[in-house]
This record gives sequence, structure tokens and C-alpha cells, in this order.
Amino acid sequence: MAVTTMIGARIHRREDPKLVTGHGSYVDDLRQVGMLYMSVVRSAQAHARIKSIDITDAGKAPGVVAIYTARDFKTMISGGLPVTESLIADKKYVPNQFPIAETEVVYFGEPVAVVLASERYQAADAAEQVQVDYEPLPVVVDFEKAMQKGSDKAHSDGPDNIAWDVKFPGGDIEAAFKEADVVVKERILQQRVFPLSMEPRVVMANYVPFGNQLTLWTSTQVPHFVRIFLCFGLGIPESQIRVISPDVGGGFGSKLRPYPEEYLAAAASKLSGSPVKWVETRTENLQATTHGRGHIFDIEVAAKRDGTLLGLKVTNLSDNGAYVGVFGALQSALSLFLAPGCYKWKAFDGRTVGILSNKMSTDPYRGAGRPEAAHLVERAVDLVAHELKMDPADVRRKNFPTEKEFPFTNPLGMVYDSGNYAKTLDKAMQIVGYQELRRRQAELRKQGRYLGIGLSTYVEICGVGPSAATDHVSGSISLVESSIVRVHPTGSVTVAVGTHSHGQGHDTTFSQIVADTLGVPYESVQINHGDTSDTPFGYGTYGSRSLPVGGISIYKSCQKVVDKAKKIAAHMLEAAEADVVFDQGRFHVKGSPDRAKTMGEVAFRAHQTGLPDGMEEGLEAVTYFDPPNFTWPFGAHICVVEVDPETGAVDIQKYVAVDDCGNVINPMIVDGQIHGGVAQAIGQALFEEVVYAEDTGQLRTGTLLDYSIPGIGEIPDLELDRTITPSPTNDLGVKGVGEAGTIAASAAVINAVVDALSPLGIKHVDMPASPDRLWKMMQEARK
Amino acid sequence: MIPAAFEYARASSVEEASKLLNKFGEDAKVLAGGHSLIPLMRLRLAQPTALIDINGIKELDHIKEDGHKLRIGALTRHVTIQNSSVVKDKLPLLAEIAGEVGDNQVRNMGTMGGVIAHADAAGDYPTLALMLDAEIVTNQRTIQAKDFFKDLFTTSLGPDEIVTEVVFPVANGPHKYIKFRRRLFDWAIVGVAAQKMNGDWRIGLTNVGPTPVRAKAVEDALKKGAKPEEAAQHASDGLNPAGDLRASPEYKKHLARVLTKRAIQQST
Ligand SMILES: Cc1cc2nc3c(=O)[nH]c(=O)nc-3n(C[C@H](O)[C@H](O)[C@H](O)COP(=O)(O)OP(=O)(O)OC[C@H]3O[C@@H](n4cnc5c(N)ncnc54)[C@H](O)[C@@H]3O)c2cc1C
Repeated sequence: MAVTTMIGARIHRREDPKLVTGHGSYVDDLRQVGMLYMSVVRSAQAHARIKSIDITDAGKAPGVVAIYTARDFKTMISGGLPVTESLIADKKYVPNQFPIAETEVVYFGEPVAVVLASERYQAADAAEQVQVDYEPLPVVVDFEKAMQKGSDKAHSDGPDNIAWDVKFPGGDIEAAFKEADVVVKERILQQRVFPLSMEPRVVMANYVPFGNQLTLWTSTQVPHFVRIFLCFGLGIPESQIRVISPDVGGGFGSKLRPYPEEYLAAAASKLSGSPVKWVETRTENLQATTHGRGHIFDIEVAAKRDGTLLGLKVTNLSDNGAYVGVFGALQSALSLFLAPGCYKWKAFDGRTVGILSNKMSTDPYRGAGRPEAAHLVERAVDLVAHELKMDPADVRRKNFPTEKEFPFTNPLGMVYDSGNYAKTLDKAMQIVGYQELRRRQAELRKQGRYLGIGLSTYVEICGVGPSAATDHVSGSISLVESSIVRVHPTGSVTVAVGTHSHGQGHDTTFSQIVADTLGVPYESVQINHGDTSDTPFGYGTYGSRSLPVGGISIYKSCQKVVDKAKKIAAHMLEAAEADVVFDQGRFHVKGSPDRAKTMGEVAFRAHQTGLPDGMEEGLEAVTYFDPPNFTWPFGAHICVVEVDPETGAVDIQKYVAVDDCGNVINPMIVDGQIHGGVAQAIGQALFEEVVYAEDTGQLRTGTLLDYSIPGIGEIPDLELDRTITPSPTNDLGVKGVGEAGTIAASAAVINAVVDALSPLGIKHVDMPASPDRLWKMMQEARK
Repeated sequence: MIPAAFEYARASSVEEASKLLNKFGEDAKVLAGGHSLIPLMRLRLAQPTALIDINGIKELDHIKEDGHKLRIGALTRHVTIQNSSVVKDKLPLLAEIAGEVGDNQVRNMGTMGGVIAHADAAGDYPTLALMLDAEIVTNQRTIQAKDFFKDLFTTSLGPDEIVTEVVFPVANGPHKYIKFRRRLFDWAIVGVAAQKMNGDWRIGLTNVGPTPVRAKAVEDALKKGAKPEEAAQHASDGLNPAGDLRASPEYKKHLARVLTKRAIQQST
């Protein structure tokens, strides 16, 4: 039997020495001979008619080579940016987004012209001199008002501001509510936030007319996906477009779609005949890279007096911004599909309304719909506990499916693969010292101090996705993931994948899988990703799918390689295939471990003469893996805060996270993902909020001085632990972990804050729970 | 995020800097630590035609004890002030405040003169300068702190005037600076400094108006024997702070009162 050594090993990420010593190669590190810099002139208005664009002065500025507006681009680009409209069953009004505004700007920061110049500084200077004459139009900022009949419109030629209005019923909701002893209602806000990857977006395009070849370097999570849409938009065959996404400094979901600037840089290269580079500034990043969240949830919960949960009604109002994001409807859909959380409900009823406003589009941000779901259902359970004066842990435990009830089907028909929710909760409560904390809380309350304990027991969905399930929402796209595993004659291995690593440590994790499965040295495994010219088609990295879909594809390719290698080894050992055992990279004859061939020896033979009759040379395999189900990680997070009764300042005193993402390939990477995810959720819970001016639609949080993300001083030491409940849906039993922390943590933090303030009768607090907000609430409550 | 074009010149003496300022005219600016000026230039909120770099003027980087005064050179970095044994001994509140400015990078670059000349409402030193009646010495004259801070980002400095020193009185009685902020390295939402000096309290407030504020009403109440919590109620007297994304005017006034109480109580 094989003794696993690499799978499960806590080893350092092999990509880090390069990255942390500044030897990474990001798009902005790359250059082309004769390259021009592109600067984008952006709308200073949130909604206006473009009367004219005067480029006279800018055209005369030093170094300027060309200035292009929509009129020029229309000769090069057709259609608009893609929208997964099929996610929106009752599609109402989904405006077409051309990459650059022609007659009407609909959000602050929308491209209106581009300047090409020899130097980046010259391009930026000249862009300031492009004069756009605007005729202001009514600005739609408040998206709830925008729903109403007769509201001002985000697009002057649209019928209204409703992008979609869809219902997701699950069971007999009326009956569930009839049975209820208590019904609680709440409005839960999910403010807009910036995804804020460390590296902003950067694009470099080089169009060569000979052979109609376009090479596009872009900081993206989805190189193959970008290529498809450039092919459509620019009319260049996919085979003649090469998209390269080299080292990428994070994406958090904001780089998983094609962007206007990718089309514009490519077209500008074609128009100008020169390579073109565009580097997003942080100011632009805040204006023109998609935002996350941006919802209102109205919830109604029905429960019995003993804490049994009965029914949940959720209405989601989603602030799409001016254009429905490429995956704009996905967050709303997922937020409803996962809203039942890890509880047994008799019925569920959901509705989502997508609304247009004069703002940047919202699109996925780490968790994409699941943090929203977890937040609302974890708040809902706490509201019930508060109403019934029960311990929130007891309400949770009462309503969990037991381990034996898996696979568990939620009211919307989602089938959770495996779980043991009580176990993670018990473990987290034990680590945090729950009973002792409750005692301490009671004591402190007597002294007028506000200690709060917040629970979040979440379940999430990863491994997007089984084609059978995604078919109807993805427009028949099967979201499989691919790999090519090639063993070279000398035994080292190259793996090419369709996923894309931009901080997740795939080089390490995937190599661990390959090293174990093929029995080759970890160091001899090379992972290639990010270049469409040497990787198989894949949908890229998001939704915590790379391991449970892409990783499994690698594993399956490795198995195919082993199968072939075994045949060759049997031939070499003059033994029957059935008598050959593969163990630790060696093929030996059953019962005589000395009669053996290593994978390297077999690989060499695979490229020589004398193979078994009819066998082709080479040792490689390709797999496109279509998983049979999603995977369903879960866990229990507990946050302990103290709120300053005078200032409203929140101090996180303890944070415990017990997560279950199935089997673990590299515990250090898994812990790192939890850390980062929790930090981002603490950001949303306590600090972050994108603010647009109500009257003008201009971005008030336009710099990082006005928008607070937490830093080292704000993130507490996290106490991490895990349980392991393997997924039955794939060979490695893995589930995915890239977003778990973000999904779990905002509810844990907010539940703790609410718990802290509950002596004042406060039942709900919206995010960010900033000191001024809490102070105001305390003031009101004390009146 | 890309500054507009500008000229650059480096001065090796105050005289030379002054000449260069005159040469480049009123839109020229002194460059000290650059940690306020450069961010503004990158956002093109400031577009100076020329930068006169004073970082080479060594004599502006000093901490001198001078009888009952402490003379801090304009180019003295926050980190130097924070770690100076002289400052810790003669005006420990200043060392404490310096240690609370921004993060390590900011403290390694930012200067006393830069904070004073920039006169950001949330700047920490101006509060101390005002409440302790410090003097701002320039290449042309000496200005009392109470006459120096005119408005938001506005001082009584002329266009070609260069701060050379800030002169504080020695004070090593009980003191405390409380800086209320969202994040460890943030500017103050509200800051309160308390210093007992010659038997009386001096109380200064940061970021509750366009300029630093000396909380005279609190000082007077304390003088009359009011308890800290009673006196602190006067911290918001006459304040009319502007609200922003982090705090409403009411909240800032509330913080001024709470933090004043705490600063006095926690003074050691
Ligand atoms: C992230 C961050 C956080 C910060 N947090 C704080 C904080 O918490 N508290 C705080 O007080 N400050 C804070 N600062 C500001 C920091 O202290 C700056 O260093 C300071 O405001 C300006 O000093 P400087 O030497 O960098 O000046 P510069 O940026 O070089 O100059 C600022 C202005 O002062 C003028 N100037 C500079 N020196 C002179 C002189 N000798 N004579 C005449 N004019 C002069 C310049 O022309 C310019 O107009 C922060 C800055 C950053 C970037």
C-alpha cells in the first residue's frame, strides 16, 4: 500500500520565495519594443449625455500618438460585454455594455476616450486635457427608490431600472408560517465593498496584422474565458489570440470577467499598429473594477417556541450598478440558494430583484453570494434565539441535520454532499471556552460592560460545477476543468491546467497531488497555468473550484498515466499486468519488491522502441473533469468582542474558526486561506463601505484614505482548527477552501456585536459596525 | 495617481532653499518628508510647479535642549522624536505623540516642520504646539502657535517662508495623548492631549475643527476644582466640527468629551 507523504504535508508554498523577494513577473513588469501607454479618460459624471469630446489640446500634448473614442472603437469591436443573462430566468432589462461610452455615460469612471502616448506620464497628462462636454441627466443612486414606478432611470433609453425579478420557492411556505409560534422580521444590509486586490488590473496588448495575431497579457483569473470574448468582440479567431495571465497579485473575484480595458487595449493596438499597455491606478481601481455585494435583504423567519425553525422568506434587492455584471445575477441567485444555510426548514421562499443604478457594476467578490447567505441566515437564527431567549448555540444544534441525514437536500433542492455540523460547533465552543465566556459576560454586564459572543455555523458551495446542475443557469456551459499531465522521457513531469493561480498556491498543492499520485519527486513537477497557448481550455479560478474540479482533473490524469505506465512496467518486468503493484513511484512484481521499475525508468521506455504491441509512445494523459455534484464545506466560527459603552469601538478579543473542507492537501495553505478570508470579512463587518454621493453619484470613497481596509492592527490572532468530513463526490475527498473564511466571518463578528449590545435591546446591527454607527444606536436605545 | 509635471531642485542651506523658492515663484513648494505633499500630488490635488527639496539641509535636523525650552528642527523625523531620550525626558508627551503618528514608514519620513506647515486638521503636533504655546521659527521670524494655524491647511507662513524650528516649553508632569481611530495607523478621528504644566492642566483637541483647538473651558473648570468627568463636559463647548465618512459632527463632539475625561484620568 502506498504511504502518502505529500498529500497532507504542511510544506511551504513553493511560489513564495520568488514573490516575496520581488522576482515575480506581473504584467506591468513586461515590456514590448515600441510599446505605447494607454490612459483612459473617465467620466467625471455619473449620468450625462456626451455632447462633444474635444481632443484638440490633448492631441498636441507631448508624446501623444493617438486619441480614440467610441467612434474609432466601433470599427474594431462589435457587440458588448457578456452577461450571464441565462442566470436571470425572468430577464427584464439588461442593457448592452459597449466597452466605451458613446452618447451617454452611466457611471462615474466609465471610459469615454483613450490616449496613447510614448510614456505613461505623457498619457496621463494628455488625458487630463481631453475635454468632454456633458449634459447632466438625473442620477440614480438609491437603488431601492430606483425600483419604484416612475423613478429616474439609470439609462435614459431604458424602460425602467429592473434587470430581473425572479422567485425561488421551496416548499409550502404558507403552511410553515401557519405553524409558527414566533415570526421575526429584519432588514439586513450588505453594503457595497471594494474587492481591492493588491495588484490592480494591468493589460498589455500586441496585435500583429501578419497572421492576424493578438497577444494579450492581462491580470486576470480567467485567461481562457477572456480569450473567448475577445474572439467574439474583435472578430479574431480564438486560435490566433493568445491570452497570458502571468503572476497575478490577487483577484478576489474582481478579475474573473472580461473588462472594457481588455477590449480597448487590444483594439487600440490594432488601430495604432503598436503594442499598448494600460496600468490601472488605484484611483481607477476603485472606480472601474467591479465592486462586491451591494444588496438589501428583507427576511422573515417562522419558528416554534422550542426553537424549531420552520420557514424562511427572503427578498433580495440587488444593486447591479449601471450594467449587470458579467456574473451579476450569480450573487443574488447563490445568496438565495444558500440562504437556508445548514438548517432543516420546512419551507423557503425567495425573491430577487436586480436593479440598475448609476454606479459601477457589482460582480463576484470572495464568496459571491454565499457570504450574503450565511450572513442573513446566521442573523436569522440569532434573531430567533433572541426572541425565544434561547442560547444561539442551542437553536443551531436543534436544527442541524445529523451526520446520518447526508446527503441532505435543502428546500431549494440543493444536495449537500457530507457534513457533521454539530461536531464543528462543539469543537469551536470547546476551544473558545463557551460556558466560561457566558459566565464572564454576565459578570461584565453587571459592571456595565458589553462583552459579546457571536456564532456563525455556515455551509457553502464549492466546486462549480457539475454540468448537470449548471446547465440551465450557465447557458449550457459545462463548467468542467482540464489538465494535461505529461511525463518526460527522463521522468520529470509537466502539468498544464485550465485553472489560474493568483495567490492560492496551486503550484504547491497541485504538485503535492502529482508527486504522490505518480510517485515522482515533488521538485520534478512543473505546473503551467495562465497561458492559453500551452494550457488546455478551462474556466479559471474562482468559487473555490480549483482543487475540487481542477485538482481532481489532475489526479485523474495522473491515474491514467499510472495505468499506462503499469502496462509498460509489466512488459519490462515480463510479468502479467495484474501481478504488478505500484507503490511509492515503483512498479514491482507482487511478492518480489526487488523486481521493480521506477516511474522514471518506465517513462524512458515509453519514449523508446520495444513497447507492448499496439501501444503508442509517450506517457501523458488529458482529463476534462465534470464533477457529479458540488462540494459543501462548512464550519463554525466564534467571535468574541467587547464594545466600548462610551465610544462604540469594537475590540475583537478572540476569534476561533473550526472549518471542514474535507481532506486537506496542504494544511498551511488551508490555514492561510482561512486567515485571509476572515480578514476580508472582518473588513466588511467593521470597516468597509463604498459610498457614492446621493446627489451626484460621484464616488465619495475615492481613495484608500476614505475607505478603510483592516491592517495588521485590526486582525486578531485567529485560533484555527478543523474537522475532516471527506467529500464523497471526488477521488480525493476534497471540498475547497478559498472563500470559507469570508463566508463565515461577517456573521460571527456582527452576531458578537449584537450580542454585546443586547442588554440595550438592540437586535440587529448593519455593517460596517463602525463606532459612530454603534454610538448612535446606543444613544437611541438608551433614550 | 500620477502627478503632473514639476521642476525639482535640492537645497543645501536654508538660504539656498529660500532663493530657489523665490526663483520658482509662488507655486513652488518645499519638499520635506513628502508624506503629505506627494499623496496630494499623485491625486493632482496639489500641482506645484517646482519642489524644493530640503532633505539635504542637515542643520534642520536637530533636537536641542535650551534652558526651559526644547528646540526641534523642522526636518527632524517622527521616529527621531519618538526615540529621543531628551524628548522623553523633557517633554515626554511629544515623544508619545510622535510614536502615534501613522506607521513606521510615515514616521521614518515625516517631519516636524512638515506636519506644522501642512496644518492638516488631523495633524497631531499642531495640537501640542497650540496648547503649550509653542513658537514656530522660520527663516524670517518667530510666530506664536496661536497665531500660526489659520484655517484648514492654512497657516500664516508666506510663500517663501521656511519653518526651521519648533520651540516647545519643557513639561514633564502628568500627561496623556488619546488618539481615537478606526485602525492602528490611522489619522485621529478625534485626538485629545492633556498635560499638567506648572500646576495647571493644558488640554488640546485634534480634528474637531479646521485648526487645532485648545479646550480652555475644560482647563478653567479643572482650575476651579471640577472633577475630570465634570470638566470634560466642556470639551465640546463652542466646537463645530465638520462631519465626514468616519464620524458625524455630534459623534466628534461626544468623543471630545469622552476622550478628554479619559486623557485627564489616564495622565501619568
Ligand atoms: C499613511 C499616512 C498616515 C499618516 N498619519 C498621520 C498621523 O496620524 N498624524 C499626523 O500628524 N500625520 C500623519 N501623516 C502625515 C505625516 O506626518 C506627514 O509626514 C506630515 O503631515 C507632513 O510632513 P512631511 O515632512 O512629510 O511634509 P511634506 O509632505 O514634504 O510637506 C507637507 C507640506 O508642508 C510643507 N513643508 C514641509 N516642510 C516645510 C518647512 N520646513 N517649511 C515650510 N513648509 C514646509 C510642504 O511644502 C507641503 O506643503 C500621515 C501620512 C501618511 C502618508
